[in-house]
Amino acid sequence: MSEPVIALRDITKVYVTGEVEVRAVAGASLTVDRGEFLTIMGASGSGKSTMMNILGCLDRPTAGQYLLDDVDVAELNRKQLAQLRNRKIGFVFQSFNLLARTTAMENVELPLYYSEPAVGLRERHRRAREALEKVGLGSRLTHRPSQLSGGQQQRIAIARALVNNPDLLLADEPTGNLDTRTSIEIMGLFQALNDSGITVVMVTHELDIAAYCKRIVIMRDGRVLEDRANPKPNRADELRAKLDREEGAAKIGQKQEPH
Amino acid sequence: MASWLRGLLLRSALTSLTALRALQRNKLRSSLTALGIIIGVFAVVAMVALGNGTRSSIESQVAGLGQNMLMVFAGSRHSGGVNSGLGSASAITLEDAAALRREIPDVVASSPEVTTTAQAIANGRNWSTTIAGEAPEYLVIRDWSVASGSMFTDREVRSAAKVAVLGDKTAHELFGVLDPVGQTVRVGNMPFVVIGVLASKGAGVGGQNQDDRVVIPYTTAMKRITGDKYLRSVYLEIGQAERIPIAQDQITRLLRQRHRLLPGASDDFNIFNQQEIADTVNQVTSTLTLLLGAIASLSLIVGGIGIMNIMLVSVTERTREIGIRISVGAQPGDIRIQFLIEAITLSLLGGLVGVLLGIGATRLIAAVSSFKPIVSMGSIVLAFTVSFSIGVFFGFYPARRASLLDPIDALRYE
Repeated sequence: MSEPVIALRDITKVYVTGEVEVRAVAGASLTVDRGEFLTIMGASGSGKSTMMNILGCLDRPTAGQYLLDDVDVAELNRKQLAQLRNRKIGFVFQSFNLLARTTAMENVELPLYYSEPAVGLRERHRRAREALEKVGLGSRLTHRPSQLSGGQQQRIAIARALVNNPDLLLADEPTGNLDTRTSIEIMGLFQALNDSGITVVMVTHELDIAAYCKRIVIMRDGRVLEDRANPKPNRADELRAKLDREEGAAKIGQKQEPH
Repeated sequence: MASWLRGLLLRSALTSLTALRALQRNKLRSSLTALGIIIGVFAVVAMVALGNGTRSSIESQVAGLGQNMLMVFAGSRHSGGVNSGLGSASAITLEDAAALRREIPDVVASSPEVTTTAQAIANGRNWSTTIAGEAPEYLVIRDWSVASGSMFTDREVRSAAKVAVLGDKTAHELFGVLDPVGQTVRVGNMPFVVIGVLASKGAGVGGQNQDDRVVIPYTTAMKRITGDKYLRSVYLEIGQAERIPIAQDQITRLLRQRHRLLPGASDDFNIFNQQEIADTVNQVTSTLTLLLGAIASLSLIVGGIGIMNIMLVSVTERTREIGIRISVGAQPGDIRIQFLIEAITLSLLGGLVGVLLGIGATRLIAAVSSFKPIVSMGSIVLAFTVSFSIGVFFGFYPARRASLLDPIDALRYE
């Protein structure tokens, strides 16, 4: 049994806004093993986004312990946390968060700018191209985000998250801004990445998106309400094939309709 | 060992590249921001160049007076509250001049001088000019030379010969392109044979044209033109520069003794020393240069504030970008340096363009006028140092603010 990638123990996060104390996370514990594909579900205000920020080392818990790859995150300073994010975590956001006037390649290279030790120009290009090929954008290297569709933009973001070979891929509502078909494609990509061994933790509030994951954690009021395995996750490739068939049938139907 | 250095270089190169790109994306804004610095640096460089040019032109005029020169002027005459100015007192005689030459060992050359203004007539033209009665050594003392013909000699002085050496300007006014040597010039009703023309010397310390004069033997001037027995001044050359103060003391003592001045009575003569004139002039022009520079520096500060302002706007505008960078692993230092480099680049670019414009402007002034501004290396180095410092100083606060952004808020920023 290998060490867990993530071990959260009794995590609490309290925000103080003026006079009011908001307990966003109130004693949540969670262990994620290598190779898992997990989704955290919950209504807004359930604390799932705060959990995500803590997992991504963008935020620190008020109390509790977070071991990432056996390292106690509480003991690291800002600089070390930045390096940890760079090396071990890849982020995918709902709103893609790409640099607008920058090509796909350069967006993907961004994490390598901040790597220690520094990555040389040729190596940077090679790895960025490789990551973009992995997400199926090998032919869009010099396009800017505005020239691409939402799905393609999210692929760039995923390639960016992958470029440093992280232990953990964190996705915050990755399909929130995408249509059904593109959502299925993106989930298919996550599944493929997970099949190749990458640990994926995702936050969503959509049940049909959560259905692609192997494990579902439901949060409410800052606590883990339910933590269950999903033994038969939806396969995106199958769903897509079905969608294709349906659309094909609809098109044929349209053709026959006139007259 | 070498690998960390390589890493550092690579990292700095990448950060600089990022910073430059950001500037390049906002070309108009960047150039307008830099304009503040451009104007400031341009003003400093140009002002200092003008100041230096003024100083050097005055210095060369002072040096043109002659090396190690002393001028002894007759003092001013007061009569009924009216001060008639230098040389108006009838105090210095030919005997005084002879005594100075004879009894002050450091005096190596001397020239008694009388001057008047008169109409010179020749070649069918007439020209109002300064008539200067001098000794042949006058040219040695003034470091002046004859362009054509020759200077009169001591023998011609002793015989009060009616010979004249014309200033370049006067020669031109009277004779145009003709060679005046051998021609006759009438001063008053006296005909003089022109035996030489002086080389051009340009403007004097007071701005007067030194080339506009007719030089004749002082004896001739005293006997035939002014009828005066007093001198306006005596030019003296001292052998060694360091002996000038001593010689000056000796001259004062000698003249007081000869003029039988009682202790406590003020001198009836004035001694001017070329160095003193130079020092005074230097002091004035240095103060002037400093003043101009200080006023110009104010615009640099205004430019710096402009940079800070734009950097603050830029940090706010790019909050989301900063959030993205932090989330993929940028350290606070990376963000700080990125924005600092932007600020420094703006100010250094502004400095560079400002210096170039400053040099251009001085070239232009030099080309269209006789004034020669001098761009000093010092002012260029200073301009760059100052604009770099402005970048660091005014860029630091916005850069720090960017580096301290909370990544979560930054990523959410619309």
